[in-house]
Amino acid sequence: MGHEFTGYRREDGRIGVRNHVAVLPTSVAASSVARAIAGDAGAWARATPHQMGTTQPDATREQTLRVLAGIGRNSNVGAALVVEFGTEDVGADELADRIARSGKPVETLSVREVGGTKAALERGGTLIDAANEATTAARRESADASELVFGVECGGSDATSGIAANPAVGDACDRLVAAGGTACFSETPEFIGAEHILAERCVDEMTRERLLDRVDRRESTADLMGVDLRGAQPSPGNQEGGLTTIEEKSLGAISKGGTTPIRGIVDYAEHLPVGGGLVLMDTPGYDVESVVGKVAGGAQVIAFTTGRGSTTGNPIAPVIKVTGNPKTWARMTENMDVNAGTVVEGDESVRDVGRRVFEEVLAVADGKRTRAEHHRMEEFAITEVQPNELAEGGRRA
Amino acid sequence: VKGAVIDGVGLVLNGDDNVATALDDLSAGRDVEYDGQTVTLVDDVPFGHKFAIEPLPAGETVYKYGEVIGRTTGDVAPGEWVHTHNCESTRGRGDVAPNEEGQ
Repeated sequence: MGHEFTGYRREDGRIGVRNHVAVLPTSVAASSVARAIAGDAGAWARATPHQMGTTQPDATREQTLRVLAGIGRNSNVGAALVVEFGTEDVGADELADRIARSGKPVETLSVREVGGTKAALERGGTLIDAANEATTAARRESADASELVFGVECGGSDATSGIAANPAVGDACDRLVAAGGTACFSETPEFIGAEHILAERCVDEMTRERLLDRVDRRESTADLMGVDLRGAQPSPGNQEGGLTTIEEKSLGAISKGGTTPIRGIVDYAEHLPVGGGLVLMDTPGYDVESVVGKVAGGAQVIAFTTGRGSTTGNPIAPVIKVTGNPKTWARMTENMDVNAGTVVEGDESVRDVGRRVFEEVLAVADGKRTRAEHHRMEEFAITEVQPNELAEGGRRA
Repeated sequence: VKGAVIDGVGLVLNGDDNVATALDDLSAGRDVEYDGQTVTLVDDVPFGHKFAIEPLPAGETVYKYGEVIGRTTGDVAPGEWVHTHNCESTRGRGDVAPNEEGQ
């Protein structure tokens, strides 16, 4: 109520905050061509090059398809072009069909069928020009904060993350949830040591059990491999920034989701409900893959907290950078959108900065470009299904 | 900032905590007034890193945010830097025998 912005109303009723034409390769074999087609076209065309192969185990194939379909369906995408090499087990038609269910225009291109790279670039150029014509007819119209799905992420954490940037972003999540929207945070390895707090906030027993099961699974990956998490969690950079253990990192990380009840936990890249309150997603801790999972779930705007600094963005959703480290704010201003270092310096409260983050989310939804967009930072990666997850595929199904 | 700022240079996030977070690069020998007592820093403590505000015997649970963040691997005196050299995680420990963690 009273928190409005303007966005692009899509066929399925969802509201987009950007109006991109997405160029989606179905495998690594089509990724260079997809990147070139989008690169030649202009900033309105966004490619999602990735590393997944032409032949994938079933569980991996299904996940790749789910991610790419979710990205194509994201309401920031006005039209999509799906590019295959032509020998993939994720075919362009199958992916295009899944995206077309949202009602938006989707075209397909097969590099092998049109006769190679040069022909594919030409044909691709023609196809996305036509797609662009269709999308430029869309006009921004009035929308409400309750229609936003807001993903929050952290990367390059240090001790200021848990003290300033994460609680400030968490306060913005609380404000959005109060306004009727959806907030989502993820990175399951960074629930370890803080899951008892999250479990208490789950709205029902099923959500609670599911959450604890997902945390167990991530922790047992380390047990299975006969190693401990300490080499990677916290990372050497986190450790240099003052974070000693995964518990300490997690306790700081979960504050970025705010304080409202946890209404559900979804799989990687699974659909996030509109008007759903606070929802968790089970993702790895690798920030680029984790952001992609939430955007595939439907998030239109991302806030990304960092202590040590990070420049990453996303091709489809604007990424708002928030740092709680005054030195990082000073050193990397051109990559930062919101300064939460004022909390550490005693100049502002967490709630003051939370209000600024929330206002920034609405401004960015309304069209204000983030620093990552300005610099065209558009990292994209799909998480691998881990060998132990493939082995226990039956259990997961 | 949530929690209590001590002597302008340290942050104690919860009353149950036994470590404080340095709000500046602090040098060994510096006195930090806390709760009517003086903690003298034994080590240099960089910005964002932690120092003990109570004696922490080996195996003691370390609290920050009022929650468990690990346990000490040796005796730690008040004013000592608390980090990976003297504090370890109790979680995700595939390197130690099953059940040793009491899970």
